[in-house]
Amino acid sequence: MMNAIHVEDLSKRYGDMLAVDTISFVAPQGSTVGLLGGNGAGKTTTIAMLLGLLVPTSGRITVLGHDVATDRFAALARMNFSSPYVALPARLTVMENMMVYGHLYNVPDVKQRIATLARELNLGEILNRPAGQLSAGQKTRVALAKALINRPEVLLLDEPTASLDPDTGDMVRTWLEQYRAESGCTILLASHNMAEVERLCSHVVMLKKGQVVDRGSPGELLARYGRDDLEAVFLDIARDRRQAIPA
Amino acid sequence: MKFMFRRIWGLMYRHLSLYRRSWPRVLELAYWPILQMCIWGFTARFLAARMGNPGLMAGAALLGGVLLWEVTLRSQMGMSISFLEEIWSRNLGHVFVSPLRPFEMIAALIAMSIIRMLLGVIPAVLLAWGLYAFNLFSLGPVLILFFINLMIMGWAVALGVVSLVLRHGAGAEPLAWGVLFGLAPFSAVFYPVSVLPIFLHPIAYALPSTHVFEGMRAVLLQGEIRWDYLAAAFGLNIVWLLGAAYLFARQFHAARVSGALISIGE
Repeated sequence: MMNAIHVEDLSKRYGDMLAVDTISFVAPQGSTVGLLGGNGAGKTTTIAMLLGLLVPTSGRITVLGHDVATDRFAALARMNFSSPYVALPARLTVMENMMVYGHLYNVPDVKQRIATLARELNLGEILNRPAGQLSAGQKTRVALAKALINRPEVLLLDEPTASLDPDTGDMVRTWLEQYRAESGCTILLASHNMAEVERLCSHVVMLKKGQVVDRGSPGELLARYGRDDLEAVFLDIARDRRQAIPA
Repeated sequence: MKFMFRRIWGLMYRHLSLYRRSWPRVLELAYWPILQMCIWGFTARFLAARMGNPGLMAGAALLGGVLLWEVTLRSQMGMSISFLEEIWSRNLGHVFVSPLRPFEMIAALIAMSIIRMLLGVIPAVLLAWGLYAFNLFSLGPVLILFFINLMIMGWAVALGVVSLVLRHGAGAEPLAWGVLFGLAPFSAVFYPVSVLPIFLHPIAYALPSTHVFEGMRAVLLQGEIRWDYLAAAFGLNIVWLLGAAYLFARQFHAARVSGALISIGE
């Protein structure tokens, strides 16, 4: 299977601080890969480098065969991104925001695409409301709709269900599973919600202090650490409580 | 090419949507140019009443200066503030991870600055004509060349401001409002360069606007089109624009290295 994301010996240094330290991982096409780690582990920095927002100090990233260092716009047209920490213009309505990104991503028949997303993500009633007047759950669904406007082949999600109630969170996860299954999209997911990671991800990369400290499928990690859930594995790694059980 | 224009339109659509639903924003565009025109228009009328024909000529030069300076100012502010809108709305992250190229973003900002400038300056031009019988279009077709030069200078300064915001973040924002006022005394907007002390002449002549305003006075007072001034203004604008584009490219890359594009609103 071809790798949609290929990260090789990637590092990012800010002065004396090494935010990302020679990490390598791949995301096979059609998979959902979880990028896990505590605050400051390097997840957001890694995602920023994948998006070309940040220039790596060293290493190489290819997305869908495009080298991000030299050909990032070709990659960006085929991917998208959602994060609760990056807002959409608050005074524009949801519809206007969607139109803006529809144009920026050259989406054919953009109004039809927006109508489809509005139906699938239950946005119909809020399409004409300013983005700044939406609840946290509505904002997350709108951000997701924006991230899907161009039918991305690679989707980068930074804590996509943060601050959502369990019902909305479950709806978003279900929708992501469906979208991946139907489109063959590759998803890279940074999340602190371990239940979400267990449910969505086929492969997990554990980061700590900018380094990859472990990796594998959720099942492999659970077996390796002798735990029942991924949260316990996360805590073992974060707190240096337990080493992986040798195979 | 078609995709490029659509992306540029996408960013313009974002800014135009803001104006469509906010009449105070539209009003604000015309407010200062109209206020300036009122103040200087009555001053010009006073001069004409007290001094006769010389006062009338001085008044005309004053009003022409006010209107044309607004072209530079509104072009610069239109571009800088459109960029700042992206920072204020924390939307820059989305814009820069879309396929929109930096030069396409600049093109969209330039288009927005033209629209904002026209919405600001046209009411003031009409006011000068209706209230003070000053017809800016009496300058003739050369007025278009004056406009173009002053707009280009405004864009070059705006690119410099955007570059400084990329480099220094929110701390550089006040420059979007104030930077051109610092150049006004040397731009010979209301008086000829000869009024300035000799040691300031090189500074004045390094500004494209100076040549435009000297050229404007030549048309208004002597009825003569000074192509030498226009050529100098165009030449200087090319240098200014290239310099500003280089600065922007450097600062944009530096922001991608330092991570400023992620934390620019802070």
